[in-house]
Amino acid sequence: MSLKRIDLLICCGSGCVSAGALKVKEQFHNVLKTKGLTNEINIIETGCMGPCDYGPVIVIYPEGVFYKKVTPDDVEEIVNEHFLKGRPVKRLMLQDEEDKTFLTQKEIPFYQKQVKVALANCGYIDPESIEEYIATGGYEALGTVLTTLTPQQTIDIIKKSGLRGRGGGGFPTYLKWQMVHDNPVEEKYFICNGDEGDPGAFMDRSLLEGDPHRVLEGMMIAAYATGAQNGYFYIRAEYPLAIKRIKMAIEKAKETGLLGKNIFGSEFSFEAEVRTGAGAFVCGEETALIQSIEGQRGNPTPKPPYPAVQGLYKKPTVVNNVETLGNIATIILKGADWFASMGTETSKGTKVFALTGDIRNTGLVEVPMGITLRELIFDVGGGMIGDHKFKAVQLGGPSGGCLTTQHLDVPIDYESLKERGAMMGSGGVIVMNEEKCMVNVAKFFMDFCVDESCGKCSPCKIGLKQMLEILKRIDSGYGKEGDIEELQHLGETISKISLCGLGQTAPNPVLSTIRYFRDEYEAHIRDKSCANKVCPDLMHFEIDKDKCIGCSLCARKCPVSCISGSREEKYTINQLSCIKCGTCMDVCPVKAISKIPGMHPEVKAMREAEELQKQNQEE
Amino acid sequence: MIKEICQKYAPRKDNLIQILHEIQDQDPQHYISPEAVDTVAEYLDIPVNHIYGVLTFYTMYSTKPRGKNIIRLCESPPCYIKGSDNMLRKLKVLLGINIGETTKDGLFTLEFTSCLGVCGNAPVMMINDDVYGDLTEEKVEEIIERIRGRR
Amino acid sequence: MKTLADLKKIREKAQEEMKLRGGNTRIKIVVGMGTSGIAMGAREVMKTFLEEIANRNLTDVLVTQTGEKGLSSLEPVVDIIEEGKPKVTYGNMTPEKVKKVVVEHIVNGRIVSDYVVATGN
Ligand SMILES: Cc1cc2nc3c(=O)[nH]c(=O)nc-3n(C[C@H](O)[C@H](O)[C@H](O)COP(=O)(O)O)c2cc1C
Ligand code: FES
Repeated sequence: MSLKRIDLLICCGSGCVSAGALKVKEQFHNVLKTKGLTNEINIIETGCMGPCDYGPVIVIYPEGVFYKKVTPDDVEEIVNEHFLKGRPVKRLMLQDEEDKTFLTQKEIPFYQKQVKVALANCGYIDPESIEEYIATGGYEALGTVLTTLTPQQTIDIIKKSGLRGRGGGGFPTYLKWQMVHDNPVEEKYFICNGDEGDPGAFMDRSLLEGDPHRVLEGMMIAAYATGAQNGYFYIRAEYPLAIKRIKMAIEKAKETGLLGKNIFGSEFSFEAEVRTGAGAFVCGEETALIQSIEGQRGNPTPKPPYPAVQGLYKKPTVVNNVETLGNIATIILKGADWFASMGTETSKGTKVFALTGDIRNTGLVEVPMGITLRELIFDVGGGMIGDHKFKAVQLGGPSGGCLTTQHLDVPIDYESLKERGAMMGSGGVIVMNEEKCMVNVAKFFMDFCVDESCGKCSPCKIGLKQMLEILKRIDSGYGKEGDIEELQHLGETISKISLCGLGQTAPNPVLSTIRYFRDEYEAHIRDKSCANKVCPDLMHFEIDKDKCIGCSLCARKCPVSCISGSREEKYTINQLSCIKCGTCMDVCPVKAISKIPGMHPEVKAMREAEELQKQNQEE
Repeated sequence: MIKEICQKYAPRKDNLIQILHEIQDQDPQHYISPEAVDTVAEYLDIPVNHIYGVLTFYTMYSTKPRGKNIIRLCESPPCYIKGSDNMLRKLKVLLGINIGETTKDGLFTLEFTSCLGVCGNAPVMMINDDVYGDLTEEKVEEIIERIRGRR
Repeated sequence: MKTLADLKKIREKAQEEMKLRGGNTRIKIVVGMGTSGIAMGAREVMKTFLEEIANRNLTDVLVTQTGEKGLSSLEPVVDIIEEGKPKVTYGNMTPEKVKKVVVEHIVNGRIVSDYVVATGN
C-alpha cells in the first residue's frame, strides 16, 4: 500500500543533467526528508522529456504542472507552496513567460532545415477531399501538361530537373520514361511501386495516406509522357489505410472528370487501379512486382529484358516509386531549374528520410539532397535519446550499410553513400546508440535477408544462409580465426553474382560493419566477449553479494531454477544452466544483479572440455 | 459464399491475389480452405497447383484456420532496436502460445510481420487492421485484456 | 471538367472553403489521421473533440483530418487554426488533454502551452 499522493518527475535526460538536474533531485530528497514528507511524494527520474533548453525540468502529477529551469534554491519553495499548500509556483511555470513570447514563433528545429516538396501537403490538407488538394494547386500541372506540352517536352522538363528514382536504385527518371515513350508498341502500362518493403521506411505510406491525389497526378503526367493508358498502384497489404485513401482518390478523380476519357478535353485517356501485395519483401523489386500483379508467385525475372521493353503482360511498362511520382507535379509547376537548384551535382532536389531508432525526433523529414548526416541526425533529428552517444547509422534498409561517427560530415547523395559502403535505398535512417552490438545488428539484418530471399538463385539462397551460419556461430561463442575473412569473401562473391538487387546488396550490413567495427568482431571471436552485453552467450549475469538482501525473489522467478542460496549466504547463479533470460535482473528489488561482458570462465571451461572430448571421440 | 466473392471480380488470373485476400478476410477463421482453393481454381480456370504456389509464396495467406484476432508483431530492425523482443516475450506469456499458434479459445493467433511502416513509434504491432504503437509491456497487456473483455 | 478554367473555378471555391469555411467557422481543428497517428490513439482524440464540441454546443468549430506531418514521436498531433492567428500544433494528445484544450483554448482562447509542440506554419 502506498501513501503517495504526488508523483514528482525529474527529467534526468542529458540536457537536464548537464543543467544540474541531479543536484535538484538531491535537494528534493533532503527537503522532503526534513519535512517528513518522504512517504507522500514519489520521486521519479525520467528520460529526456524533450524541452531540453528549459532544463532542469520537472513535472508534478496528478496536475501535470510543468516547471522549468529549476535550481536547488527553488526546491524549498516548491515543497512549501505546491506540495503543502497546493499552490503551484507561477514564476517557474512555462506559461507565464510563454504567454508573452508565445506568438512570436516557437519553431522547433525539426522543421527548420526541411524543404517540403513531395510532403508539402501531408499533414495540412484533408487527404479524402479532392477539393482541398485542388485548392493547393492540385491538378494544375496535369492540366498544363495536357493542354500545352507534348509528351517529349514533358520528358525534357523531368530530364532537366535531374530527378532520380526514389525507390532505391536512383535511376534517372526521364530515361525510363524516354525508353517507353520511344517504344512503338501501342499498349503500355504504368505502375506505381508502393510496396515499401524496407523496414524503417514509411514515406511512401505517409504520402499515399496523406496526399494520395499528388501521387495520382504524378502518375497521370508520367503516363501521358510515356503513352501508357492504364496504371496500377501496387501497395502492400500491410497498409490498409493507404489502400483505402488511394482508392478513394481514384474514385473522386473519376467523379470530377479528372480521370477517364479525354482528360482536360485532350486526346489523353487514362484508367487507374489498385493492386495489393500479400507479404513478400521481394515483390518491391520491379520484375517480381510485375509477376505479382499478373497473379503469380512474386519471383524476380532476369533483366534484360527490362520492364521498359517487356513488362506487365509483356508490354512496355514504367515502374516508379511513390515518392518519385510525388515530385512530378511540383517540378512541372515550379520548373526544372527550381528543383535542380537544390541538392548536389549528381543528386538533385529533396529526399524524404524516415528517422527511427535511438533518435529523439523519430519521424519523417524532407531535406535537400547533400545535407550532412550530422545535420540530419543532430539538427533535424534532435540528436540521441537520453544520455546516449551516437554509434552508427544504418542507411538504405536491411541491405544498406552502417556508417559511423567518422562519416557524420559526409553529404548525403546517391554516390557518396555508395562509395562508403552504404546506400540511399528508400531513405530509412536507423540510428543506433553505443549500447548496440554491431555483430548482433549485422546478424539481425542478415536474418531478415535470408528470410526474404525468394530462393530463386543459389548465391542468394545458399550463400546468405552460410553467412548467417557464421554470424550465428560468432554470436554464440563458437567463432574461430578466419571467420571474418570468410564472411568478407562470401559477401563479395554473393554481391557479384546474385540475380536481383536483394542478393546483390544483402551482404552490405555485414561488410560495412566489418569495415568499421572489426574490433567488435574480433572481441567476439577471440575474447568470447560482447562488450555491450547484447549477445547472450558472450555475457553473463552476476549477483553482487554485497547488495543482495537474500530475498530469494530471483530464485523463485528463475524459469530454469538455476539460482540458489539462502538469506544468510546470499544467492548465486549456476552459470552452466543459466539461459540468460534476464528475469532475475528484472525482478531484483535492490538491483543487485548485473550483466557482465564476456563468457563466464566456467562456461568457457566446459565448452573447451566438450570440444576436447569430441576430438578424442573422433580419433 | 466463396462463389459470390469470386464473382465480384472478372475471371482473370491477375485477380487471383485480390480474390484470395477477400476470401481470407471474410472467413471467420481467417484462412483459405481447400474447398475455397478448388472453387477459385474452377472460377479462374487455373490449376490448383498454381494457387497453392501463390499461397505458399506470400506470407500473409494461411491455409490453416486461425484465431478471431490476428496479432502481428513487427519483427523488423527499427522495432527490434526499440525492444520488440520484450513485447514478444510478454505476448507469449499473456497468450500462452508461440509464434504461429492460436490460443485454445480461438481468440488470438500470434504472428510476426515485417515492417508496418510505423517505425517512428516502434515497437509496433497490428491486430487485424488496427496498429498499436510505442508499445510497452503494460500497454500490450492492456490491449490484450481489452480485446478479451470484448468477447 | 474540361478545361483549366474549370479547374480554377473549383480551386477558388475550395480555397474559400479552406479559409475556415465561410462566415460562421471561427476555429478549425485538424487531427493527423495517418497510420502513426491512429496507432497512437488519434481516433480517440478525434472522437473526444467531436464529443466535447457537441456537448458544449459549439457551432463555430470545425473538426477535420489530415495525413502525417512526420512528427512520429509526437503523435497524435493536432493543429488548431484560427483566422488571423498563427497555427498552434499540439502533440502527444490524449482524450484528457483534448478536454483541456477544448476548455482552455477553444472556449477561452488560452493556449495550453504544456502541450504545444510548434506554432506558426
Ligand atoms: C529486393 C528489392 C526490393 C525493392 N523494394 C522496393 C520498394 O519497396 N519500393 C520501391 O519503390 N522500389 C523497390 N525496389 C526498387 C524497384 O525494383 C524499382 O527500381 C523502383 O520501384 C523503381 O522506381 P524509381 O525509379 O522511381 O525509384 C526494390 C528493389 C529490390 C532489388
Ligand atoms: S520496423 Fe516495426 S513498424 Fe517499421
